Amino acid sequence: MYNYQEFDRAFVRERVEQYRDQVQRRLDGALTEDEFKPLRLMNGVYLQLHAYMLRIAIPYGTLSSRQMRQLAYIADKWDKGYGHFTTRQNIQFNWPRLVDTPDILDALADVDMHAIQTSGNTIRNVTTDQFAGAALDEVADPRPYAELIRQWSTDHPEFQFLPRKFKIAITGAVEDRAVIRAHDIGLQLVEHEGRIAFKVFVGGGLGRTPIIGQELVDRLPAEDLLPYLEAVLSVYNLAGRRDNKYKARIKITVSAMGIDAFRARVDEAFQRLRAAFNGQDLAVLGDIQKNFAPPHYVEKSQESYFDALDGDIGFREWVERNVSPHKLPSYASVTISLKGHGDTPGDATSDQMRAIADLAESFAHDELRISHEQNIVLPHVAQADLPIIYRTLKSIGLATANIGLISDIIACPGMDYCALATARSIPIAQDIALRYARREAEIGHMQIKISGCINACGHHHVGHVGILGLDKAGVENYQITLGGSAGNDAAIGEKMGRGFNVDELMPALDRLIDAYLALRLHEGETFAETVKRLGIVPFQEALYVVDQAA
Amino acid sequence: MARIKAPVVITANDLLTGEVVYLDPAHRWSPELSAAKVFNALDEAEGELAVAFSEAVVVGAYLAEVSNDAAVTPRHYRESFRHKGPSNYFHGKQAVQDTEVAA
Repeated sequence: MYNYQEFDRAFVRERVEQYRDQVQRRLDGALTEDEFKPLRLMNGVYLQLHAYMLRIAIPYGTLSSRQMRQLAYIADKWDKGYGHFTTRQNIQFNWPRLVDTPDILDALADVDMHAIQTSGNTIRNVTTDQFAGAALDEVADPRPYAELIRQWSTDHPEFQFLPRKFKIAITGAVEDRAVIRAHDIGLQLVEHEGRIAFKVFVGGGLGRTPIIGQELVDRLPAEDLLPYLEAVLSVYNLAGRRDNKYKARIKITVSAMGIDAFRARVDEAFQRLRAAFNGQDLAVLGDIQKNFAPPHYVEKSQESYFDALDGDIGFREWVERNVSPHKLPSYASVTISLKGHGDTPGDATSDQMRAIADLAESFAHDELRISHEQNIVLPHVAQADLPIIYRTLKSIGLATANIGLISDIIACPGMDYCALATARSIPIAQDIALRYARREAEIGHMQIKISGCINACGHHHVGHVGILGLDKAGVENYQITLGGSAGNDAAIGEKMGRGFNVDELMPALDRLIDAYLALRLHEGETFAETVKRLGIVPFQEALYVVDQAA
Repeated sequence: MARIKAPVVITANDLLTGEVVYLDPAHRWSPELSAAKVFNALDEAEGELAVAFSEAVVVGAYLAEVSNDAAVTPRHYRESFRHKGPSNYFHGKQAVQDTEVAA
């Protein structure tokens, strides 16, 4: 992974000291809240329902065990002993005191981390495939490019006050595990005539106006990445609306202008900007790539692994669900589920963080990833070590074998924490996970995604089943969408009809799932495939059969 | 958004800690809803809110509707969660209140 240079360290420390001074001036009364708010937000400090919240950047979801231990230390020393991993591959602490936040940022700087650009109308943390550098289906490792984008975009003087926030996702794999077409810019590494190029999508996004990103360029030579991104951002910076925050994202700019006209303006800007880069970006990329060399893989006897597969049903189920193929046949990638039945999706206690850090250090070449599905990944694990990893995870309550199943739910913090929420998300996820825990293997692959407001941090639009919590005349009410997809066939789900109150929601989901089990052709046909084959009507009828009977 | 109706309390977040607080009759900020001053007249509440909003020790003061029968209780579920804490598990304000009762 990327190792900070002296420049990076000096920059982060300087920002911490600036922020410490800003906090002190706020406490002294020299700054009003209106003056202070944008300053704290630039350092990831929000004010939520119950307390301040600190959002910390985990660049493209990659952590070392040392960094994970530091997060555990922060959770214990300044928060309530846990952290919340997010759909942006970041971590949030829900209970810091304002007066402690400069010390927390200092503690982060100790391990080369920060909270810069985790808020505000800037380019946010670049997200990527959680299996990057390990995936069997990978064309090229996207992390060096993600790091290049991080360095380019951090404190970029032209892009600190964009019309609205800006999210870039990048994948190097054939299967899109980074939801690239739901981002302002989505990048897919492809191979073309023996060279690496990018397929560039633009104008994707969820929120109140969900749009799947459109193809901007089919094959952008990899060496043109930064000047091309700068061209896209510069066009958006000028053409994006600033009069209405709900119309300010690039997806609205692209829709209003039309993709062809937008492309033409980008191409014009690109021609102008390209020369200015002068190859310096490629030199930096070369240095960055040295940090992402594959780990020193170790071949081990797999006897104990095969013995465990034969003799331990729990282990076998966990391998089937939570272990993914690695580009090296004797290795695998492990997804540690943060979705224990009844638990808060994405939460990990400080003890769990330390235990996972220990596993990464002992068995996974010291590397950890956070997935946008709010789980933790050990990307490089020798299959021989899977049994001991499973036993350790089981001992700390983290061996739930449910990746990709109905209980592996993305849920935003919702009204349990978030000041913007209109309804709760987490308790709905908890109820669903508990309700279907015994049936989830029978139900099979199903992605439920829950948002507690129209901003869609829980990605409900691209869930096979999307659930959106709203406030309907002072009562929590949940709308269901079907047919969404976050993968290569990215699609926005279709709203089914009237929303359900809390006491109606679980019976409605029961009817939906029973309908699917009755309608699927065979056990191997997933929920999404059945919906695609039959359309939404039979499922809509199942959801609203009560209304029709009335 | 529907116009707010009395009775109301004035609530905000504490500047230092972010904790939910309520304006009490002595014009101090209390973490307890039960200590809050209940305004039955909206005009009076809005007058005090203007003062409270500019106070340096809290952030984002606003009026919240309550019922004031046997006890002061929030009328909207959002304010109930602010008053008690998150509902996903037992922590936040409710745990602090529980500890204080036990002590």
